[in-house]
Amino acid sequence: MTAAGAALPSDRWQIGDTVLWLVPVAAYFAFPDHLVLGSQVIITALFTLSLDVVLGYAGITSLGHAAFFGLGAYTAGLLAAHGWGEPLSGLVAAAVVAAVAGYLTSFLVVRGTALAQLMITLGVGLLLVEVANKATKWTGGVDGLSDMTVGALLGVFKFDIAGKTGYVYSLVVTFAAFLLVRRVVSSPFGLSLRAIREGAARMPALGAPVGRRLVAAFTFGAALAGIAGALLTQTTQFVGLEVLGFSRSAAVMIMLVLGGTGRLYGAFLGTGLFMLVQDYLARLDPLYWQLWIGVLLVVVVLFGRGGVLGIADTLRARWAKRSAP
Amino acid sequence: MAAFITVLFDGVAYGSLLFVISVGMSVTMGLMRFINLAHGAFAMFGGYTACVLADRWGLSMFASLPVVLVGFAVVGAVVERVIYRWVSRTRPLDQVLLTIGIAFIATALATAAWGPYQRRLAMPEVLTGQLHVLGVDLGVYRLFLIGMVVAITAVLHALIERTRFGAQMRAAVDQPDAGAGLGIPVNRVFTGSFAIGSGLAAVGGVLGVEQLGLDPNFTFRYMVYFLLVVVVGGQGSVIGSAAAAVALGVFDVVGKYYFPSIGGFLIYALMVVLLLVFPHGLFRRGR
Repeated sequence: MTAAGAALPSDRWQIGDTVLWLVPVAAYFAFPDHLVLGSQVIITALFTLSLDVVLGYAGITSLGHAAFFGLGAYTAGLLAAHGWGEPLSGLVAAAVVAAVAGYLTSFLVVRGTALAQLMITLGVGLLLVEVANKATKWTGGVDGLSDMTVGALLGVFKFDIAGKTGYVYSLVVTFAAFLLVRRVVSSPFGLSLRAIREGAARMPALGAPVGRRLVAAFTFGAALAGIAGALLTQTTQFVGLEVLGFSRSAAVMIMLVLGGTGRLYGAFLGTGLFMLVQDYLARLDPLYWQLWIGVLLVVVVLFGRGGVLGIADTLRARWAKRSAP
Repeated sequence: MAAFITVLFDGVAYGSLLFVISVGMSVTMGLMRFINLAHGAFAMFGGYTACVLADRWGLSMFASLPVVLVGFAVVGAVVERVIYRWVSRTRPLDQVLLTIGIAFIATALATAAWGPYQRRLAMPEVLTGQLHVLGVDLGVYRLFLIGMVVAITAVLHALIERTRFGAQMRAAVDQPDAGAGLGIPVNRVFTGSFAIGSGLAAVGGVLGVEQLGLDPNFTFRYMVYFLLVVVVGGQGSVIGSAAAAVALGVFDVVGKYYFPSIGGFLIYALMVVLLLVFPHGLFRRGR
């Protein structure tokens, strides 16, 4: 963290932000054949961003965040499979369902220690996998849910095979969510979350209701995860059990930590790096991928606190100190 | 009725295995608040080591048990010194990430070395077959497992309650800072308990090849079960872990036998409910 001043963190738009957001726009024109992969990266980035709210800002250790992603995915999928294929209202419905689930879970989560948080989130995630697995009549079980028709976006743009609509749609929704998250974490509310993360015991003395703040943050993160899940369903027109699974929860946590927690852009950087390397290594041999992700995690924890962005900050600080007279 | 007793018995045997593997984790988690998701890897490599010993040198399962116990106690001590020692005790997220990373590495290494298949380990002649007691068939292997647990619980209990090392360990669990102030080598106590826990996990892995199966995914498949034993039993409590492990084993086996359609669901529901009602476990040491 940078030195905590009295002022709220600034969320003013800067040139750097524009440049960063031009990258996915440029990618749209540069790699027209890889738009499907591209939209998956964007959707996963939104999912990682949602975990950043929960883990990076509120400091809640969650090993079951995919539960909310999956709830959103199934909500949108079931709506589309039963004749409600309008995408935007599907997103809203997914966000609401995930938020309600997040709100209910949050009461179990916020009162415990890190270990209890971990176990509860893990348990809720595994519970949902089992439910989806057994409720084959609704979810299709292990075969997944594929018999759905997603309507044209705004009644005009049909979802095409090349993934053009899906890419732009995911990017715009993710951008909007990013603006919202950025506003929220720069608000007094966001600041209080950081303070709770750094020292929960002292916050009640300042008059901050720790429990309620954490409940709000967890619910907000769950809603965003639900939106990401719905995006995946609508752009791929398929929901499989893996949307809820432990691997997804673990992967998203790894991506976030790789990029750097509590920094917003860390979520994007981590997701991009993770998915590109995964794509490359898994094509060589899936075994390599498992080995290297393990080694990477150990290295990040032991030597690279704060992920890529954290290391960059450390280097910059060292550079500034050396060049100062 | 006889069928129910057999199922119950299977559950107790299954729980016994869970106990042997997780008890070490309970102690280290209680002692140093260290969340170790890779604990099952010791059990997995223990099982593979026994397989290799049997294939290469024709060692029977009984003969491999002491080898595995001592060997993995040493491995555990080294891993603790070289890796785990450097992870902050106050940052649970770091512990989770590091140990997930180690679990990934273990899975990849096991796949590379032994392939993605299920491995089998020949049972000693003595452990096959059934015993007829009061009209109920009891598998000798399962009786042996239960006997092992009673023995291990007794030895561990004596170790913790009666020896100097045990006293140091209890002091370190209850008040690490005060313990260190009294001259207890808290770090060395931790390495020692980590070594014992790793050795026991490996023994559990050998014993469990028959019932739990053995393949590279072992660490992740049973991760939740081991965690549950620790969390439900109360961190750092041997008796609590034994009770929790047996209860979980019975619950899981009975659930899967009588309600096959929701069997897998039951254990996770139980987990959430138990955590709600007993956020600190059923039996909690100290504090």
